Amino acid sequence: MTQQSVRNAVIIGGNRIPFARSNTAYVNASNQDMFTAALEGLVARFGLQGERMGAVSGGAVLKHSKDFNLIRESVLGSSLDPATPAYDVQMACATGMEAIGSLANKIKLGQLESAIGGGVDTTSDAPIAVSESLRAVLLELSRARSTKDKLKALAKIRPAHLAPSAPGTGEPRTGLSMGDHQALTTKAWGITREAQDELALASHKNLAAAYDRGFFNDLVTPFNGLAKDNNLRADSTLEKLGKLKPAFGKNLGDEATMTAGNSTPLTDGASAVLLGSEDYARSHDLPMLANFVDFEAAAVDFVHGTEGLLMAPAYATARMLQRNNLTLQDFDFYEIHEAFAGTVLSTLKAWEDEEFCREKLGLDAPLGAIDRAKLNVNGSSLAAGHPFAATGGRIIASTAKMLHEKGSGRALISVCAAGGQGVVAILEARS
Amino acid sequence: MADKYMELVNSGATKKLAKLLGLPRPPRLRRYAPESPLLPGPLLVLGASTHAQELSDVLVSWGLDVRRHDAGDAKLGGILLLLDEMDHPQSLSPVMLSAGRALRQLLPGARVVSISRPAKAQDAPAIAAVRQGIDGAIRSLGREMRGGSTANGIVLEESTTPVSPSALAALHFFFSGRSAYIDGQFLTVRTEDGALPADFAQPLAGKVAVVTGAARGIGAAIARTLARDGAQVVIVDMPQAGDSLAKVANTIGATTLQLDVTAPDAAQQIMDHAIGRHGSLDIVVHNAGITRDKLLANMDAGRWDSVIAVNIASQLRMNEAFLAAKLPNLRIVSLASTSGIAGNRGQTNYAASKGGVIGMVRSSAKLFAEQGGSVAAVAPGFIETEMTAKIPLGTRTVARMVLPSLMQGGLPEDVAEAISFLGSDAAAGLNGQVLRVCGQSLVGA
Repeated sequence: MTQQSVRNAVIIGGNRIPFARSNTAYVNASNQDMFTAALEGLVARFGLQGERMGAVSGGAVLKHSKDFNLIRESVLGSSLDPATPAYDVQMACATGMEAIGSLANKIKLGQLESAIGGGVDTTSDAPIAVSESLRAVLLELSRARSTKDKLKALAKIRPAHLAPSAPGTGEPRTGLSMGDHQALTTKAWGITREAQDELALASHKNLAAAYDRGFFNDLVTPFNGLAKDNNLRADSTLEKLGKLKPAFGKNLGDEATMTAGNSTPLTDGASAVLLGSEDYARSHDLPMLANFVDFEAAAVDFVHGTEGLLMAPAYATARMLQRNNLTLQDFDFYEIHEAFAGTVLSTLKAWEDEEFCREKLGLDAPLGAIDRAKLNVNGSSLAAGHPFAATGGRIIASTAKMLHEKGSGRALISVCAAGGQGVVAILEARS
Repeated sequence: MADKYMELVNSGATKKLAKLLGLPRPPRLRRYAPESPLLPGPLLVLGASTHAQELSDVLVSWGLDVRRHDAGDAKLGGILLLLDEMDHPQSLSPVMLSAGRALRQLLPGARVVSISRPAKAQDAPAIAAVRQGIDGAIRSLGREMRGGSTANGIVLEESTTPVSPSALAALHFFFSGRSAYIDGQFLTVRTEDGALPADFAQPLAGKVAVVTGAARGIGAAIARTLARDGAQVVIVDMPQAGDSLAKVANTIGATTLQLDVTAPDAAQQIMDHAIGRHGSLDIVVHNAGITRDKLLANMDAGRWDSVIAVNIASQLRMNEAFLAAKLPNLRIVSLASTSGIAGNRGQTNYAASKGGVIGMVRSSAKLFAEQGGSVAAVAPGFIETEMTAKIPLGTRTVARMVLPSLMQGGLPEDVAEAISFLGSDAAAGLNGQVLRVCGQSLVGA
């Protein structure tokens, strides 16, 4: 099927709560509280009270087992029509991208008229599981019928079992944290500490400027006493960033370049994006900010060291450009999620690298350089923070608004994810 | 706290005690509910007017039990005084004395409303005397009313009659529970403009209304009331208040616009949102306001300038933009304050801004009328909100109970009712009005 034979999916608007560093403003908020708040702000902005949406889709990376129906429960706690279907999606940090992209596809196919996609995450209210050995004993206890069997099972509990098992950001197959993985990639591509700090500084300056000009007035709704992302350091300088000690890749010694300043912190937050068909937007007098043109996922084999953990978007982008007959330079905005400054810079360098593009992407020529003035112009995750599943919705809503303000052009969005995955997307201004 | 006190002095054994001790007993006010009757009992009509029969027909059509001249011993829901043809102070006597005898028959929450003509410099001395005398008499009667009853008046400019659309609308408003906290006040009918609503319960049906400062307090109450009265509401507040704003929106089906009203393009953003999303902009309620109280001797530029910028400069700038956009039939209602009329210690900056609103409204009436629109202001007295909760307890208790004729603070809803009325098409003939909602007091924020 060609792109022309399906109808447009349009981005109408978005809403998120300010992002908060872990264990700060949202310490007592659950994923459900935060996603419901993001939904409620969206409902209020667009007058969706009592409206039955085609679907609401989203998810969280860190999830309690009680949140098996997180998005549906959030819908039930919102002002939307309770007859709105909802479902959870999970694709690590690309959760929001996958949720929104799939909803856009359903709209394009005429299966949905309207939809809300997004995501939420908290590392403050993270689930803590009992140890595997205690879990085995407890399951045995629940299967025991007689009192004797029950006592037998209980007798197996040892003090050591009580140590809880908290979730980490380590990759299950390598045991390395995401940052330590990226440190390998950053070193392999020869990304300097200065270049990473400069990118981090630009992120803070751009985000602060965007807040100052009111860019987020119709994208963010305050929550729990917070009106702005509290990771934002408008007064950050290269000197301050330069003083920070390495946080990842410490085994690299003097060559370690990744600090808490040029890596995203653990963050709490939620985002939601409203999408619809053109008919839906028109009949509800809603704005149409941008078309959701296409999206593509990729995955790489990081386990055997053949590729860096967070390099999948480089591959996804090449495939998506080819499918859409576009070059990397055909864009007016580049929104590359700043998991780490090193991720963005490694990706950019890979696209410029002839050998990488030929050997890994199978291209005759490198994708080439981008105009850095078009990169993350209103700040990105290094400044805003990165509540894993909420990042996709943050970027898509902001990017759609940027295209609407410009009135023309195209944007490339790239989000890397744990497990060696990544999702990229193209948005286009409405002409 | 006011509620608890009111309950104690109005019920059971504590009521007797309160009576015995001579404690002020604030009455329960008769507030509007869509299903409640216009008046709590029959209406006695006193006085004479060439439009008496015509008027009486309208009153009957409103479902009122109308009694002319004499109601016997019947309990009464209200008294209407037709005084528009009085020509000498001596002629007031029979009507006022008849009204006086009927006062004892009034039910709680009753209404006395006079209809008269304005005293003008060019009037013959005796005519001006009686007209101005009515003003004093009604204001005094307001202070004598009991049980949550009120006395207010309608003043008819020479080109209008008791059955002009806005005269009837004002009468309906004063009779209804919508005017619960208004006492001793006058509405002046200036033109024949205006049209009565097809349904008095939905006077704003089909209208798109914008309310600034709507995240809480009086603004949120205005938003709720306009929505109840049929309007599609857009609510505006500072981005920092967005979560409260969303909560208000989601209870009344409004849309939110997070916006600082002092932004240079505030009016444009409001028009873009209202017209783009809801098809038109019919009513703007300039409610956003701040207080930064300090004695003038201790005042700094930050406090003075921010109050002026938010409370009046933003309204002037927005109104200019609305006028330039030539929106047809746009109705503006601004929040003034009794501080801007009578002054208030520690509020020179606030009173300058609120007095400014009154001046702006009077001067803008003609400009908006040229485009079929109107402008008005409501001056609240002591209204129980988060803002007034910051006033020291002693001052607050005195302000809410002793000074106003109605012996209590008003509620945000009381202000909202007046705003909704003045923003309706029926009030077009009241253009340029400043209406106090103060329980007949002059203290407030």
